[in-house]
Amino acid sequence: MAKIKKKIKTIKVDADKCNGCRACEVICSAFHATPKYSSVNPARSRIQVITHRLKDIWLPVFAGEYTPAECMGRETYVIDGKEYEECGFCRAACPARDRFIEPDSGLPLRCDMCEDDPPQEKPLCVQVCLNDVLIFEEREEEVEEEENLDVLEVGLKSLVDKYGFDKLVDTFARMSQKGE
Amino acid sequence: MRYAETGYNLEIDLATGNIEKVETDPKLTEFYLGGLGTSVKIHWDRVPPETKAFDPENLLIFSSGLFCGTPAFSANRTVITFISPQTGLLAYPMMGGFWAAELKYAGYDKVVIRNKSPKPVYIWIHNDKVEIRDASHLKGKGALETQEIIRSELKEPRAQVAAIGLAGENRVFTASIEQSRSSASRLGGGAVMGDKGIKAIAVRGTKDVYLARGAEFMEHMNDVTDYINFRNSNPLPGVMTILSGIGSPQEMKHVDERWHTESFAWGNARVRRKDFWTKEIEKSWTSTQLSAVKRFISCFNCPQQCGGLISYQDVPRYMMKCFSKLTYAMGAYVDNLDFAFRIANTAFEYGVDSFSTPQILAFAVELLEAGILTDQDFEGCPPDKEGRFFWLLDRMVRREGIGDILADGTYWAARRIGKGAEAFDHNTIKKHEQMNIKLGMLDPLYYLMFSTNEKISITQIEGNWPQAAFPSREDREAFVKDWPQLPDEKFKQYFLDWEPRGENSNPYYPTPDISSEIVDWMEMVHNIDDALGLCAGMGSFCLKPPYHIHNYPKLISAATGMDLDEGKLKKIVNRSRNLHRAFNNRLGMRRADEKPPEDHWRRRFPEIEEKLLTTYYKYKGWNNDGIPTKERLLELDLDYVVEDLERRGILKDGQN
Repeated sequence: MAKIKKKIKTIKVDADKCNGCRACEVICSAFHATPKYSSVNPARSRIQVITHRLKDIWLPVFAGEYTPAECMGRETYVIDGKEYEECGFCRAACPARDRFIEPDSGLPLRCDMCEDDPPQEKPLCVQVCLNDVLIFEEREEEVEEEENLDVLEVGLKSLVDKYGFDKLVDTFARMSQKGE
Repeated sequence: MRYAETGYNLEIDLATGNIEKVETDPKLTEFYLGGLGTSVKIHWDRVPPETKAFDPENLLIFSSGLFCGTPAFSANRTVITFISPQTGLLAYPMMGGFWAAELKYAGYDKVVIRNKSPKPVYIWIHNDKVEIRDASHLKGKGALETQEIIRSELKEPRAQVAAIGLAGENRVFTASIEQSRSSASRLGGGAVMGDKGIKAIAVRGTKDVYLARGAEFMEHMNDVTDYINFRNSNPLPGVMTILSGIGSPQEMKHVDERWHTESFAWGNARVRRKDFWTKEIEKSWTSTQLSAVKRFISCFNCPQQCGGLISYQDVPRYMMKCFSKLTYAMGAYVDNLDFAFRIANTAFEYGVDSFSTPQILAFAVELLEAGILTDQDFEGCPPDKEGRFFWLLDRMVRREGIGDILADGTYWAARRIGKGAEAFDHNTIKKHEQMNIKLGMLDPLYYLMFSTNEKISITQIEGNWPQAAFPSREDREAFVKDWPQLPDEKFKQYFLDWEPRGENSNPYYPTPDISSEIVDWMEMVHNIDDALGLCAGMGSFCLKPPYHIHNYPKLISAATGMDLDEGKLKKIVNRSRNLHRAFNNRLGMRRADEKPPEDHWRRRFPEIEEKLLTTYYKYKGWNNDGIPTKERLLELDLDYVVEDLERRGILKDGQN
């Protein structure tokens, strides 16, 4: 594949500053509601704060790529005397757990950096985090051109993985005949 | 479609185990808004006036506020309402934390609990699935410990759990309900929960909360956010540090405790130690606090950091906020913070109110010193101050020996002990322990707040108006220049005219008329916060807060779709405030009950005080006995209250 110049957007997480308020989850779900800001539901949020209060763990994690199958990794990491499960860090929407999965449809969620028209100055979670836990960074990089799936495609791809292409097409055809 | 609220309450009958999801009447939201407002209405409708705290008919309501679960910063209060075992009146302690929003996401505005369970249970609310589960294995467990055990046995680390400790199980009158970093402490909600046999309520929700005009709501929230940022980077000049910011008092952050330790009274609210804060104390307290507070923490959807995760030496970890850092040390006359961080963990696990409890323990020590209680009552008690407090706390929570009497709080304990113990109950209002403050000169504003508010807890009534006059005219002018939160421009003049000394100072100024306006305004703002579930630290309890009378109506309108202006909003909260008063009147509360402790101020002025109360009652539309007049009630569309109060002879026709 050809190399292209691409704007890379990242959010740096300074977890030591996190107070665990979950404002990021609230605003993420509101921003991605249709119409925008019409509803709130942190279970739909593409950022989730992994919380074990008495263990002093507050760790914001963003939804990354969807994975059709769970991995073998069940390591535990000890950082600053605190024990984290590998799953805690993982950004994948994964069948092993209900994180980053739409509560109604079961479809995977992925952080889209609040791509919007007109564009937002920063992702919404960064905007509402008044304690600067989340720092937005943008840089240009040369990367391999890749297929960029939108949310609908990611969802459909997960259904293909789960049920197979034929079954999905059949169901879709049946549903469109019924006018559902 | 319901907006901001879910439109459903969960009704649980513990006697039969019946659980129902009940749709609420949208008219109630238009009439009483939500939170405290709509809860008071349920109590009025369903709890007869002869009901006592531990009767099965006493309802225990856990309510979210209208804004909980929305993007409104700091809307995280759970309002818990019940008839208090201590006062016999309708209490409404609140907690921050994470529970209220989770309840909304599970699809409910309130959990309304009636009757008693024959065996210990906990309630597990997971969206539409609600279970009453056996809690016999949790009997005697700590309030924090219980939250962890339940999360782990449900395999749901995201469940939010409100739990009681041993104090609640044993119906100690100061028993709290603990949840995450917060607790609903005042007036014995934990005791009522324990009496009903409920150890905890766990909730997890993954549903939507809707906003009527979300984009518009967010535009108003952007203004609020800008102001929060502004206030956080510009503390108010001219007031002490603790009052200069927003949020709850920043007790986990600030280490300078000169003001609290020297201005507030030690022991059983007795002694001001005006030279306490020495260099050595400052050094020792600072180093203890810095070593104990591991991280600053917030409640749900709030940018402020009022709480602390406490990790102190060999003490199991716990979370702390606000004044609980000082109350036990000051109650016990212990000069180090080490004791404070140790006993707080024990107290939170037992689940007791850290305002009332240390005063009750200090009261017991005074009675021993006065010979009213004897060495026999203290048999087995360690001789040192620290050990004695731990011992007394343990006896009280277990209701063993003298502890059984102390567990009913200062007022009731004094009457049971007799032999002159009544004189040592010197710091209660309506049978409830007050802040440990003893001052010189009668303060008209505080006189009214102490006397008349249904909250019976001064820290939750005051707020928007400075605690004291500013000495220089110049500073006063600077302060009023930028004060958009005021309900009316005339308040600026009141503040400019208010002097620390002379004619225009306490007890003569603010005059009874002006005092009535100021107190009524502050109380109204609290009532709005309590209906919306907003933290008072971002609205009613601090100077120049982000939320105020000019932006509440815009936010409520956008969130709910109801079109409210300031006038309509004021009328709604006045309505629920008067309904609350009428409910307490029906339970027997009258003018004679409305007085601060006799020794609260050294200099008292009975005539001015009478005039203040009479003027304020008139301003509120209450008769001379503190009961809302027929005219006032009809004005607020509370015809059914008039009918009820007249039928019971509480309001007499024609007399008003």
